[in-house]
Amino acid sequence: MPEQRFFEALNHAMFEEMTRDERVFLLGEDIGLVGGTFRVTEGLMAEFGARRVRDTPIAEATIVGLATGAAQGGLRPIAELMTLNFGILAMDQLINHLSKMRYMFGGAVSLPVVVRAAFGGGTQKGAQHSHSIESWFVNVPGIRVVLPSTPYDAKGLLKTAIRSDDPVLFLEHEMLYATRGEVPEEEYLIPFGQAEIKRPGRDVTIISWSRMLLESLDAAEKLSKEGIEAEVVDLRTLDPLDFETVLASAARTRRAVVVEEGWRNVGVGAEIAARLQEHLFYDLEAPVQRVAAADVPTPYAKNLERLALPCADQVVEAVLKATL
Amino acid sequence: MTIPHADQIRLYRDMALARRFEEGVAEAYADSFIGGFTHLYTGQEAVAAGSISALNHDDYVNATYRDHAHALARGADPARLMAELYGRTTGVCKGKGGSMHFYDAENYFLGGYGIVGGNLPLAAGLGLSVQMKDEDRVVMVFFGDGASNNGVFHESLNMAKLWNLPVIFLCENNFYGIATDVRISSSFNEIYKKAQGYGMPGHVVNGMDVLEVRELCDEVVRHVRQGAGPVLIEARCYRFGGHSMTDPARYRPRAEEELWRKRDPIPRLARHLLKRQICDQARLDALQAEVNETVEAAMRFAEESPVPAPEALYEDLYVEEPGA
Repeated sequence: MPEQRFFEALNHAMFEEMTRDERVFLLGEDIGLVGGTFRVTEGLMAEFGARRVRDTPIAEATIVGLATGAAQGGLRPIAELMTLNFGILAMDQLINHLSKMRYMFGGAVSLPVVVRAAFGGGTQKGAQHSHSIESWFVNVPGIRVVLPSTPYDAKGLLKTAIRSDDPVLFLEHEMLYATRGEVPEEEYLIPFGQAEIKRPGRDVTIISWSRMLLESLDAAEKLSKEGIEAEVVDLRTLDPLDFETVLASAARTRRAVVVEEGWRNVGVGAEIAARLQEHLFYDLEAPVQRVAAADVPTPYAKNLERLALPCADQVVEAVLKATL
Repeated sequence: MTIPHADQIRLYRDMALARRFEEGVAEAYADSFIGGFTHLYTGQEAVAAGSISALNHDDYVNATYRDHAHALARGADPARLMAELYGRTTGVCKGKGGSMHFYDAENYFLGGYGIVGGNLPLAAGLGLSVQMKDEDRVVMVFFGDGASNNGVFHESLNMAKLWNLPVIFLCENNFYGIATDVRISSSFNEIYKKAQGYGMPGHVVNGMDVLEVRELCDEVVRHVRQGAGPVLIEARCYRFGGHSMTDPARYRPRAEEELWRKRDPIPRLARHLLKRQICDQARLDALQAEVNETVEAAMRFAEESPVPAPEALYEDLYVEEPGA
């Protein structure tokens, strides 16, 4: 199977969907002429023209609102926020409008909008450019939240997102863009709400997504050398959440660790831990462990940033705690 | 005066219906049939009636939380609007929207929105869909003086002009953002002149004179429909009541209120119609009786309609459910 980089897989997904459906169009900052800050939209303006690949002013709220209005008018926009940090300026449009409109209008409108954004820390970009705030959006009903960890998943999930008639927030970790993986040439889609067991194991279940999935796999490799076989579950979409796969795995291993890059306090891990104890209170051998970011703004200094963000060693530590 | 006589009589009927509808709402609110925030349009009728009557049926309109008269002017069924206010399943949004969130896709009324300024990017997006699909439509978006100080107002005007979108930005300047006088909140009070900052035409109109509003909008709609790009209109008007049902408007001088009440757009049009012998008093009385009956029937319909079934709680959130 040919290999592709993460950003290329995303690019091909959009190329294919724009070719397939002329209602699909792109808007965002620096996406056209220069092909995107992370090269994800490279070549698309040359292929589809400035009408369907639209460079916008730096106006995040209006980028999202414009996409929402265009969807009301029958188009299928993909809005790029460059990074989720800037998306915070668009929270009103994302939360009060895009996520709410279908329900509050009694189902009278469907909004096939994909909002793509890079996110995440680990590259010394400091407090305002390192957010992993997916939990904010998972908390809000009305918008799907998708976080692929491999080029294969990135392509299949983005194609599903573009064909979805519901709003989708599609989050791409900045450190994943250059990663490589196998991507078949033939067309495929990955449905939402289907977690994938990226590594089978019998002793403990590690639940993760996006870049932390790679740290979790790393940890599983290290643990294997110690004789602990960890099962690593990639959630892939946080909304809808495939809790059944998580539950089935944890019911087998009786131990679970949730690994996320976002802050620990009221993070996604807290929700998964709560659900696991609701279902497996008497079956779990140990409390569900959470590996997450330190509850501080992401610091710049390399050593401090390393301390702030979760890594494979912390996952190993948490697994050891859960398997004592 | 270029407005056909039949249209002038129709405008009288539209304003009388909007007025009587709001009187009915106030009664039903007092009787606890209606809850939440309810913002009456009383006093401002000439703006919605005059401007919307200049549109084609399939032009798009969206509005603020003070949206009753706009939906009525678009031709929405008063009974289904009233049922929405009563929180009944027969309402335009199945009782899930309420006063601030009317929606009637069949009449191209694409929503009332509760966040000041939030509907402006949506309107620009609708304009983009019209342009990209090469449709013969314009978009008319209503907002208040308060929204003109909000960031998305500037973002939306900028992008609408940048892309020459067919959008009419109609500012209903009633001089108060809830309780705050526009002179306290705005550095510059001639809102229509803000259009110049974006290189688009700006007009001011007496929002208490429905024929003036209609005449200006006829001209502006023609201009925008021809592809000349967006236009900003400032209609100066006055709400006779408080900001919402729970606001006694103690912040406004009584003398000021009295002055504006003398400019009531409905008697003003009646005087004109009689003086020009466009119709007689008996015709006006008959129209009044007709709208009284319409509102009474609407309130009966609303009261007799069922509340939403408990199952409705989880309906209308997403188009697609995983595994469904």
